[in-house]
Amino acid sequence: MENSRRKFLKIAGISVLGLGVKPVVDVVASEEPQKYAPNAEALRGKRWAMVVDTRKCKNDCTDCITACHTIHNVPDIKNPKHEVKWIWAEKYGHVFPGQEHEYLDHSVENRPFMVLCNHCDDPACVRVCPTKATFKREDGIVLMDMHRCIGCRFCMAACPFGARSFNWMDPRPFVKDENAKFPTRMKGVVEKCNFCAERLAEGLMPACVEACKDKALIFGDLEDPSSEVRKILSSNYTIRRKPELGTNPMVYYIV
Amino acid sequence: MLEKALTGKRRYWTWVFFLLGIIGAGFVTYLWQLKQGLSITGMSRDVSWGFYISQFTYLVGVAASAVMLVIPYYLHHYKKFGKMMILGEFVAVAAVTMCLLFIIVDLGQPQRAMNVILYPTPGSILFWDMLVLNGYLFINIIVAWTALGAERQGIAPPLWIKPFIYLSIPWAISIHTVTAFLYAGLPGRHYWLTAILAARFLASAFCSGPAILVLLMLIVKKLTKFDAGKEALQALTKIIAYAMFLNVFFVFLELFTAFYSNIPGHMHSFEYLFHGDGVLVPFMWTSAVLGIISLALLIPSSTRNNVKILVPTLVMLIIATWIDKGLGLVAGGFIPNPLEHITEYFPTGFELMISLGVYATGALILTVLYKVATTVKEEAAT
Repeated sequence: MENSRRKFLKIAGISVLGLGVKPVVDVVASEEPQKYAPNAEALRGKRWAMVVDTRKCKNDCTDCITACHTIHNVPDIKNPKHEVKWIWAEKYGHVFPGQEHEYLDHSVENRPFMVLCNHCDDPACVRVCPTKATFKREDGIVLMDMHRCIGCRFCMAACPFGARSFNWMDPRPFVKDENAKFPTRMKGVVEKCNFCAERLAEGLMPACVEACKDKALIFGDLEDPSSEVRKILSSNYTIRRKPELGTNPMVYYIV
Repeated sequence: MLEKALTGKRRYWTWVFFLLGIIGAGFVTYLWQLKQGLSITGMSRDVSWGFYISQFTYLVGVAASAVMLVIPYYLHHYKKFGKMMILGEFVAVAAVTMCLLFIIVDLGQPQRAMNVILYPTPGSILFWDMLVLNGYLFINIIVAWTALGAERQGIAPPLWIKPFIYLSIPWAISIHTVTAFLYAGLPGRHYWLTAILAARFLASAFCSGPAILVLLMLIVKKLTKFDAGKEALQALTKIIAYAMFLNVFFVFLELFTAFYSNIPGHMHSFEYLFHGDGVLVPFMWTSAVLGIISLALLIPSSTRNNVKILVPTLVMLIIATWIDKGLGLVAGGFIPNPLEHITEYFPTGFELMISLGVYATGALILTVLYKVATTVKEEAAT
């Protein structure tokens, strides 16, 4: 009895020790070569940003929304309480609360204003996330790790732009034509616009930008003086949503 | 000592099984929520926290309020509170447990809850809330259980417990401050973005928590031989009166800043909660009226010290503070939404059933702990 227990403990001890050593050995003696290298075609930027030229945006056109939501498998849930949206249209007064007045130019009042995640330079959502499931990349894109998100929705409370959606139910039945190249989500996690990080990695412009026939959405690197966004910003008067909150949004609007 | 919870009269077991029944029903509903997702609640894209998080917030206050016994007893040597100490700390244990359960039932992916520990993020207030709540639970269990063990043997509590007791004072303040910081640090949520939020939380906690404790003491007195003492309860009621005054005063400060400055964002939530045909309007007015009446009855010593008036007064106070924090606070922060749209919120039956299950769990924990404590105290007295 005594003997076998001692034996058992010995083996158990060595096993535990082995488990502890394995990751260390892996680090030092890992032989696997790097399997994944970044695509040479990838678009690289230091600070991605977008300009929305609302003068060019047409009522009843939903091209950017359709492109984005199809490519990203965004579920089409009709109930507004449970809907998931990455990019959508709002009225001027709702996008810039406090700026509307009763004598507003009718064309501005009736024009669609496309809203999406602002990919803020100082994002409140990233600051509050308790698991780093939402994080800011070096190129400024604010991303979600859907596998780490615990669904606490602190980021939704923190975002002053209402840019985030929660999967109140299993979204998969609401995805009509699934794009196999982009993951679907599960219930209980938060999601939002990702500035098409997956397309940039393949050298493609964001889906909404590509889909817009009227060139109302312009995307580029803010730190590149010759980029299109910089040219437009320097030659047009642009405003951002709620700049007073200090999040430093990276989506600019031409009104 | 726990074995004392295993023997009891019929009345005790009926109550225990009643609670177990509710817990079971709540648990089954929770399994349904796990399967269906949080869509079975009244929450939405715009009002993304609801009844669960507001109950959590309210109960953090109840838990923190144990400090209203600890400070007079340990720092001011007000010995009359001695008999109640352990019972106050057990309320804190039950309340913190409910807080943690309310967080869990609110998570979209509860099986990943440990990610908060696996990927510690000190920049997130939720990380700190997790630390302080679990710490507070631990402190109160240790302190109360050790003190009760000493009482059973008729000896003074061991000296090593003292640092834990003193630690519990700032810790109690911290749990509610950190909980307020969950809200008060968010840009663009005007109803929460106020420096006085933590102070308001503490004031409402220090009136509602002790109010619950006084009612519990009166119930315990009826059911067992344990009596907290008339003087102790009157002293605690005085604390409730002061805290309630501060609570109402702080609300007036908020109203003044919002409406005298006339800044739309600061007024919106108040207007939504108190004006128009929103679903919460009748509740908020009930809260305001009951709050004022209870304060008016708490200030004169003649009504405050009359148990027949005190009981309805405290019930009114608890309802008033519960609506304010357990219903209005969270909804008010989300409505109107950042795009100034109004999406109404009201909890669904499923949501209420799960919440009831959590409350029943807290009540069961409290019942068992009180059964042990009162039995020990009765035995020690004979």
